[in-house]
Amino acid sequence: MSHEKRSQLFGVLGEFSTPEDLVAATKQMREAGYKHIEAYTPFPVEGLSEAVGFRGFRANLVALLTLIGGVGGGCTGFGLQYWVAAITYPQNIGGRPLNSWPAFIPVTFELTVLGASIFAVIGMLALNKLPQPYHPVFNVERFALASTDKFFLCIEARDPKFNLAETSKLLQTLHAEHVNEVKDEE
Amino acid sequence: MSATPNVRLGHEPEPWLEPGHTYASVTDKISSAVLTRPLGIGWLAGFALTFSVVMVLFLAIAWLIIKGVGIWGINIPIGWGFAIVNFVWWIGIGHAGTLISAILYLLNQKWRTSINRFAEAMTLFAVACAGLFPLIHTGRPWMAYYMFPYPSTMGIWPQFRSPLIWDVFAVSTYGTVSLLFWFVGLLPDLATLRDRAKQKWQQVIFGMLSMGWRGSARHWHRYQVAYLLLAGLATPLVLSVHTVVSFDFAVGIVPGWHTTIFPPYFVAGAIYSGFAMVLTLAIPMRAAYGMQDFITRRHLEQMAKVMLATGLIVAYGYAIEFFMAFYSGNKFDVFLANQRLHGPYSHFYYALILCNILTPQLLWFKGVRRNIPALFVISLIINAGMWLERFVIVVISLTRDFMPSAWGRYSATVWDYATFVGTLGLFTMLIFLFVRGLPAIAISEMRELVHQESHGDGGAE
Repeated sequence: MSHEKRSQLFGVLGEFSTPEDLVAATKQMREAGYKHIEAYTPFPVEGLSEAVGFRGFRANLVALLTLIGGVGGGCTGFGLQYWVAAITYPQNIGGRPLNSWPAFIPVTFELTVLGASIFAVIGMLALNKLPQPYHPVFNVERFALASTDKFFLCIEARDPKFNLAETSKLLQTLHAEHVNEVKDEE
Repeated sequence: MSATPNVRLGHEPEPWLEPGHTYASVTDKISSAVLTRPLGIGWLAGFALTFSVVMVLFLAIAWLIIKGVGIWGINIPIGWGFAIVNFVWWIGIGHAGTLISAILYLLNQKWRTSINRFAEAMTLFAVACAGLFPLIHTGRPWMAYYMFPYPSTMGIWPQFRSPLIWDVFAVSTYGTVSLLFWFVGLLPDLATLRDRAKQKWQQVIFGMLSMGWRGSARHWHRYQVAYLLLAGLATPLVLSVHTVVSFDFAVGIVPGWHTTIFPPYFVAGAIYSGFAMVLTLAIPMRAAYGMQDFITRRHLEQMAKVMLATGLIVAYGYAIEFFMAFYSGNKFDVFLANQRLHGPYSHFYYALILCNILTPQLLWFKGVRRNIPALFVISLIINAGMWLERFVIVVISLTRDFMPSAWGRYSATVWDYATFVGTLGLFTMLIFLFVRGLPAIAISEMRELVHQESHGDGGAE
């Protein structure tokens, strides 16, 4: 870095070799009273999101959004067909009623699935705040291994209990192999 | 299983992953095929060949647009010809990807893990090839937007009671959802590639595509919810798509088409041909990229079993078609059944029976299911057979329907063949690009598999 950048502490990052160590450490940190913690893993680890305190209504928002997308897609699909076939462009096709609803089911179904799928994916990305090219944890060089074979636990500095020396030490006692400071550049 | 040890010997299920792999080794093996492996002569030659076949496709389409659909072999009464045969064939092939990804995911089948990614890619490419045919068979592809409901100045709207409009919605929804499903599955792997890339341009491209994915517990939680929901949504979708395609036929009154067996038998045929195509692609790919540890012989055997099962459903469909023709007593249906056996295109029907019903019976034998060259040949034969099935359905029914005065004959022209072969080239070229540009096996799911296998529940089904 050629010019001086203001950098502030974002948190500390402990590195673990196994998912079991990570889950155990996460639970211990929660029990020790830390609230602002996040774990990073190369594949989904069972029980980890509960361990970092992610549960309840917020954890199910993707499902709710998917439901909304599906219901919205289905209503749009049927409503569109009804409006076209019965109101704005009525055609007598083989003497069938204008609102020949059984014939409208395939498109209604397809648009239900389409709406739900788009809401599921966009909802997942939006709630995860992606795309987000920059995040302070990327400043730690070893964090690149979070997408290969290492498991990380970040205790964020905004946590009221956070104390650089103490928190780092606690992570080490919980079998963290490396403990790194995470700097956030402004 | 509480059998005696003697009985169990030799009956241990083989693992879905060769032993000795770690998170790092699977990651390294799969990502290096994209990031560091040099472009071999085999890949370059294959790409060059398929690229030149794509040029044939472009030529055929250009000539079609200049001259119109008259360059094809279609006529009155056979208005559908190769374009619809190829459309149905390709869309059928496109069913295996979503089946493997979605249905096997919901059923918690571990063997989907190493084949789902490229099966999904195959689905997308097959759907792209399929979508081309309805577009160009209109002869005026620039008017295709007429099929979508939009407020036109002419005040005209699509006819929603027509299966052809259902088809537009089914295929475009299927293409979109397959793309979303594929992208969501790729997201963590793109982040892996970003983190492992050594060259700047790779870091930039994978950095943008991975959207800043960092694998946090909250991310994974929402990711898994979204993936599970997509799987649940894609399952009825995949069944609906070929059902709607079969409605294109079954809703019409043409003999041989107007039957209720069509939707289930089309879906089974789609899965049948899709698995055949997955095998056709997986067998050379695992050899070329040394992926035998991940796509094991047991995977291939499993796919062979699915082919055998769906092949039997297809055979049942053929039998019911005959039975219903005679049971109904409808003289046009009886005549059509006889046409299949004795008419001018009966050799296609016999070839179809040979390819689709007789050949797969070899898969009853374990020795055949585990013989990789034999599986490869059988998969090619089934692919050909499924194409013949659509030819039989489209052409035999249309050539001789109700009035002898309206009968006709059909033979494809060189442009029909050029277009068909061209789409084969397009499909293969996209596969070539895919195996070098993106991880062909889902890396994060393989890491999960390593984790599961190392905790002793390996091989459980």
